Amino acid sequence: MGIDWHLLALSPPGWGGMLLRGLATTLEVSGGGYVVGLLIGIAGAVGKLYGGPVSRDLWECYTTAVRAIPELVLIVLIYYAGTDAVNRVMAVFGHQAVDINGLVAGIFVIAVVQGAYSTEVLRGAMKAVPFGEIEAARAFGMSSGQMLRRITLPAMLPHAIPGLANLWLIATKDTALLAVIGFTELTLATREAGGATKAYFTFFCAAGLLYLMVTLVSNQLFGIIERRARRGQPGM
Amino acid sequence: MATETLETTPGMSRLTGPARAGALRRWWQPHRIVLVLVATVLVVLMITTMRWDWLPKYSDRLLLGAWRTVWLLALSVVIGFLFAVPLGFVQVTGPKFLAWPARGFCTLIRGTPLLLQLWLLYFGLGSLFPHMPAIRHSFLWDYLRLSWPYGLLALTLSFAGYEGEVMRGAFAGVPRGELEAARAFGMGRFTTLRRIWLPRAFYRALPTLGGEVIMQLKSTPLVATITVVDVYGVIAQVRQDTYLVYSPLIFLAFVYMCLTGVLVLLVRLLESRMPVRGA
Repeated sequence: MGIDWHLLALSPPGWGGMLLRGLATTLEVSGGGYVVGLLIGIAGAVGKLYGGPVSRDLWECYTTAVRAIPELVLIVLIYYAGTDAVNRVMAVFGHQAVDINGLVAGIFVIAVVQGAYSTEVLRGAMKAVPFGEIEAARAFGMSSGQMLRRITLPAMLPHAIPGLANLWLIATKDTALLAVIGFTELTLATREAGGATKAYFTFFCAAGLLYLMVTLVSNQLFGIIERRARRGQPGM
Repeated sequence: MATETLETTPGMSRLTGPARAGALRRWWQPHRIVLVLVATVLVVLMITTMRWDWLPKYSDRLLLGAWRTVWLLALSVVIGFLFAVPLGFVQVTGPKFLAWPARGFCTLIRGTPLLLQLWLLYFGLGSLFPHMPAIRHSFLWDYLRLSWPYGLLALTLSFAGYEGEVMRGAFAGVPRGELEAARAFGMGRFTTLRRIWLPRAFYRALPTLGGEVIMQLKSTPLVATITVVDVYGVIAQVRQDTYLVYSPLIFLAFVYMCLTGVLVLLVRLLESRMPVRGA
């Protein structure tokens, strides 16, 4: 059997345009979720390392739960329970039920999952910052916010980048799970294209190539970033 | 990565006697008692205010589903690992015509989402097979009409891909001196592999392996998207039948947390039995 290349054409009789739009959505959601997840991760790492006993335990519960429950279950749970909760809160304040924007919900869901993993990555990297540097910053009279911004974050970056690169790849692949809640990113777009044309094999291979390209390009980019973050350090 | 922080009190289980009692007392700090109380109140609220009447009705199916999940996990891990050993090995020492395809396979598996691989196998291959008379009339057809072989195949390939990469690192990390010592003892290539290289690489891979098995457990619910009724699939059915939002999903999360907990304990037991000194 041959591959019908016309199916992959960009304009409407072909489905290529739909796949590319799906890819764009995938990148949007995973990018957004990754960035928000990083912010959660910074808060979590700081909370776990320097926070009080209660905040430490709460962050521990969060990371343990997220890493013990399958991403698919978390995504379905956060999506349905989250939208339901928001609508109930709206009802309490006398508003009508709203349809939650799929993009925002997707980003939120991915961010919650990513946050737990980046908490661990960043915590490990922050622990690798020599304590003398932090003492020196204290001796200079920096506040804890300044210390985080000027010393801890830049100094931990080389240690964190391999883990963060991994997390980005996990984020791009986790967005595929949003297909299960009916969010049209690349994987669901592919399935729809396959379902309409019965050429499942062609479309899934094409989508696989797109994902693979994202992975390979990201690897190159993270390589450049890591070299830049490690500049001035002795070779590994 | 996943195993080490799943325990709230590191190493407590390895202590005995008075040391263990001390660690327990240290764990029960005042704020923890408050947190545990808050958690208990939350759980009691959940049990009393939510609807759980579906639970007895579906209990048989839930048990069967959980059994399927465990069984899929075990089979895919064992078969996947058997594939992973040669995959890692040829990447370290094999000839190029074996090393390149092995590396390509690992990159392909690790670079695309499991859901896509699963759907490619199920919808893609599954839609091609019925058109092939040779397959339609063979004994394989009895299995290929079902959905679980595709789920098992996708999970196995995925585990082999991820674990092949781990084994590559493990094989490459065995000190050269040990292999040279084996040669000096007059061991043949195969004997060296069987007695020195493989066991040493396995011990090195073991901590990562534990984490990967837990990751694999978390991948198993994906098979529910191709109509394999595992524990996730049963809960999806419950949600369709009862229109409940919270309780089935919370119960599902609880089931997976229990499964993960059991796995963590098993991995720790296995690790404590392995001679890992100096690895």
